[in-house]
Amino acid sequence: MRLATLAALPLTLALASPALADWQATLDAAKGQTVYWNAWGGDDRTNAFIQWVGQETERLYGVKVELVKLTDTAEAVTRVIAEKAAGQDSGGSVDLIWINGPNFLAMKEQGLLHGPFTADLPNAKYVDLSGAAPAAVDFTVPVEGMESPWRLAKFVFVHDSARVAEPPRNMAAFVDWAAAHPGRMTHPDPSNFMGATFLKQALIELAPDPAVLQQPVTDATFEATTAPLWAWYDALRPNLWRGGATFPENQSVQQQLLNDGEVDIAMSFDPASTAAAIEQGLLPETARVFVPEGGTIGNVSFVAIPYNAAHAAGAEVVANFLLDPATQGHMQNIEVLGSFSVLDPAKLDDAGRAAFTALPTAPALPQLEDLGPTLLEPHASWMTRLTGEWARRYTK
Amino acid sequence: MSDGRGLRGLVLLIVGTGLLAPILAGLAETASAAFGHLPALGFDGWSLTAWHALAAEPGLATSLRLTLVTGLGATALSVVLAMGAVAALAGRVPAARGMRALAPFLAVPHAAMAIGLAFLLAPSGWIARGLAPLMGWALPPDLASVNDPWGLALILGLLVKEVPFLMLVTWSALGQIDAGRQMAAGRALGYAPAAIWAKVLLPQLWPLVRLPVAVALAYALSVVDMAIILGPSNPPVLAVALTRWFFDPDPARILPAAAGALVQAAIVALGLVLLWAAELLAHGLGRRWVRAGGRRAFGPGLAAVLVGGLLTLATLALLALAVWSLAWRWSFPQLLPESWSLKFWLASGRWGAALGMTLWLAMASAALSVALAILWLEAEDRGQRTRARWAEALIYLPLILPQIAFLYGLNVVALRAGLSGHPGAVIWAQAIFVFPYVMIALTAPWRALDPRLSRAAAALGAGPWRRLVRVKLPVLLRPILTAAAIGVAVSVAQYLPTLFLGAGRVTTLTTEAVTLSSSSDRRVVAVYASLQALVPFVAYALAALLPAWVHRNRRDLAGAVPA
Amino acid sequence: MSLVLEKLMVTLPRADRPLFEVSLRVEPGQVASVMGPSGVGKSTLLDAVGGHLAPGFRCAGRVWLEGRDVTHLPAEARRIGLMFQEALLFPHLSVGDNLAFGLSPAVKGRAARRAAVATALERAGLAGMEGRDPATLSGGQRARAALMRTLLADPAALLLDEPFSRLDTGLRAEMRAFTFAHIAERGIPALMVTHDPEDATAAAGPVLRLSATGT
Repeated sequence: MRLATLAALPLTLALASPALADWQATLDAAKGQTVYWNAWGGDDRTNAFIQWVGQETERLYGVKVELVKLTDTAEAVTRVIAEKAAGQDSGGSVDLIWINGPNFLAMKEQGLLHGPFTADLPNAKYVDLSGAAPAAVDFTVPVEGMESPWRLAKFVFVHDSARVAEPPRNMAAFVDWAAAHPGRMTHPDPSNFMGATFLKQALIELAPDPAVLQQPVTDATFEATTAPLWAWYDALRPNLWRGGATFPENQSVQQQLLNDGEVDIAMSFDPASTAAAIEQGLLPETARVFVPEGGTIGNVSFVAIPYNAAHAAGAEVVANFLLDPATQGHMQNIEVLGSFSVLDPAKLDDAGRAAFTALPTAPALPQLEDLGPTLLEPHASWMTRLTGEWARRYTK
Repeated sequence: MSDGRGLRGLVLLIVGTGLLAPILAGLAETASAAFGHLPALGFDGWSLTAWHALAAEPGLATSLRLTLVTGLGATALSVVLAMGAVAALAGRVPAARGMRALAPFLAVPHAAMAIGLAFLLAPSGWIARGLAPLMGWALPPDLASVNDPWGLALILGLLVKEVPFLMLVTWSALGQIDAGRQMAAGRALGYAPAAIWAKVLLPQLWPLVRLPVAVALAYALSVVDMAIILGPSNPPVLAVALTRWFFDPDPARILPAAAGALVQAAIVALGLVLLWAAELLAHGLGRRWVRAGGRRAFGPGLAAVLVGGLLTLATLALLALAVWSLAWRWSFPQLLPESWSLKFWLASGRWGAALGMTLWLAMASAALSVALAILWLEAEDRGQRTRARWAEALIYLPLILPQIAFLYGLNVVALRAGLSGHPGAVIWAQAIFVFPYVMIALTAPWRALDPRLSRAAAALGAGPWRRLVRVKLPVLLRPILTAAAIGVAVSVAQYLPTLFLGAGRVTTLTTEAVTLSSSSDRRVVAVYASLQALVPFVAYALAALLPAWVHRNRRDLAGAVPA
Repeated sequence: MSLVLEKLMVTLPRADRPLFEVSLRVEPGQVASVMGPSGVGKSTLLDAVGGHLAPGFRCAGRVWLEGRDVTHLPAEARRIGLMFQEALLFPHLSVGDNLAFGLSPAVKGRAARRAAVATALERAGLAGMEGRDPATLSGGQRARAALMRTLLADPAALLLDEPFSRLDTGLRAEMRAFTFAHIAERGIPALMVTHDPEDATAAAGPVLRLSATGT
């Protein structure tokens, strides 16, 4: 089996290279461990993929993966904090977290992370970790080896082409579209990262000077930069679903609203999720992805290891397995997860490239070139301020 | 006869360390965080930071208002509807049959019922699908029929669960007062049955149902799982807001959450004071009404019709769970799925572990609770004493105190002891809430047991333990198993204790169902919710069938509870 | 060996005067009758002798049985059998198991115990009814089975609390004769509470009349 050969590749390398001799020690320590992987559990296909990862790592390295499904990634962060509060500095209950953005920033700043470890992973050689590469900064915060990338996320909108022939062409156009179709559009609650991303997407397009978004927020820049956003939002909100008084909890709920016909537009951080949802019977056959003309926010999903993880070695083995070209190819398969790979195609060898060829396609699956440019995430402090301000203005 | 002093001491020790101490320690931890003392986060010493942070939370006033409106509103309506419906039905339907019919609605966990109701009530739900041809809806209407900002869907959800509970309580209390003859006496004086209910029976019933009403009120004011699924979200009721803050990525929000948890406790206390004030007021007004001598009153018929409507909704909600769990594609406005699939039921690899964990937690916490209840009641028997008021209060304490007020603190304690995230810690936390129900369920039948059976055994030379094991327990097998089944149902329904003490490692059908209720796949949610509803049913069925089988050749025990 | 009540007094909880004071001697094989109006404390007297008093009831004086002072022993250690108005067989056990429950542990071995139960049933006219559900027995059968269960425990004395009042007239005489015959045969003292003067006459033992003011 090709997959097995590929996955065994780092093992052979480990024995050859002195730098990777440490990796053998990690593998030895990891054997027999059970890694508690805390991940947002709202997406069934991701859950199934994580289960598959666990089966493979158990087979290859004797490392079991136990998926701890979260409603919100913050639950895991809180748990580590609570453990630190209780003085539990080792043997912690969380081994691996699917993380990025503010949660990563919070954990990094408070010294709650294990590492740096990413560069030590044998499969890190397939990833571009230099400078400002997408896998080296997380919401403008330098990763510095404290988390390891595993899947690419790019913000997209979803519409039912049978009901909406001409979706809005940019964020500003949403106001007119909603006025013409009152109650047919909404966004997840901004306390959820997808709702926050919707606001950030608009902010990047509407900000007088988008460059300030890459710097930590200050009172002055916040005021000036967000003023057009609030004007836009105040015009949009009255025509949102339920008068803009209530919002779906997350993008899954909104996808269900789209499927039910309660709204006409949904959003996702996974360009392949629409094709996948159609296949699962969760969206009508006519659902399609669209993006505003100027491009959309993209980021990389990471996994991080808490400083007190009971099974840090096992967690590293899992993080490394996730970067294996065979794993990434499997992940990009629309029938599995359909998430785009985080590996740098230029760094792949022939065997690695082979993992990505001949993957099945689907009518609702966009090609990479359909998705437009990728916009950089604003500095994480913007998101916190933005959602806080939104809550202050619209939570009465 | 041994006076059981040793046994009483043992029971007190278990209840004190296992039940009371964790509650108090949890409260203390929460309170200390509420007053700014959280050294782990660098907050040392005492301050009002937490209270300032709480006051600055957007939407706090709305959350408080929603909590009071939904909690008080749902309870007041439940009491009126339950009493009215029992008044209308008591003379016509035999009590045993009525109570049997209500039991299934009680058995269904709140989360499963809430998910079913959401399937029913949503703008794309079954009701809207039924109305679509009449109203000409091709797309679901833009109506806030669940998660509405007024909390009406939440009130309805609470009604569906609390009305059957209060009806059951009222109906069994009716058996303790001589209702039939009082009714006859009243009618002979020319009073309409509804007037006799209001003027004669209700004042006698109230002292018997006051505590269960208080439990229902405390629950309605602090419910989390049902409020997540049916309640408003922006902002939600206080208890849901607190749960969000406790799990917020920004750890500093634990401070306002802890302060809010104390507010939550104060709200429940306020609710109980209001209940007491309402009782006084009704007492005063009622007296005047009685003296006025009016022979007429109305309401029970209407209440019975409304309760009929509620139970129909509940039945449809459960049916909706079953249908969704078997659907593949089911788009609006189809009344039934376009395509069906067993895929989600067959994927037992996904729900099997959660089911296994749920069963293990339920059986363990129910068994522990039943064992403790038996020891407690046996100790009372041996001392032949009535229960002191403080002991009765101790039993009800976990049911009255809002869970969120002490579960955060309890988890801090468990973390220090290295127990957090272990199923044992969850069993323990669940048992705190399972035990009271088991104790309440077992007390009446235990006391109804003919004391001469035990004396006869003593006169034959059987010591206290032999009397317990060979005579009392076998004769009480049916009520003991019923209490255990109630314990299983309570355990299966627990959400917050599992969430807090399970540290995410302990997943049950309930935590999965609540998590998945905010996912995109109703079919998977439906499978979890159906399973969640099925477990208590199976427990009740076993509790009914097992004693009938064991005692199949014992006429006096095969039927009802021995008196 | 005789049953001796020596200045036995029982005071109810929160009462300042004892309900009664009784001194009585019942010889082996004799049946003493206790009579008196309702509420005078007849059953309380039996409870005091048998050791079934609830805590809170204060008991003074002594109960002697076979020369032992049993006043402070728990009920199960006194070896004093008790017969109620209703036969009160354990509803969850078969007739045979009810008797086996009573049968003294001194009888060892499964076969020996089974034989003892079978013999007792035969003597009560219930031969072969080991497996029966007690609820299916007639009133007289139940009463005889209950007496057998009591006697199998090998009691040193017997307390009878209105043992025949629930039976109809014909059965009552038969059951009385059956019970007294067994008491005489065993040679144990018995104390019987009754409302029925015929019971006392048939018992032919001492008669104790309790009155509201005490004896």
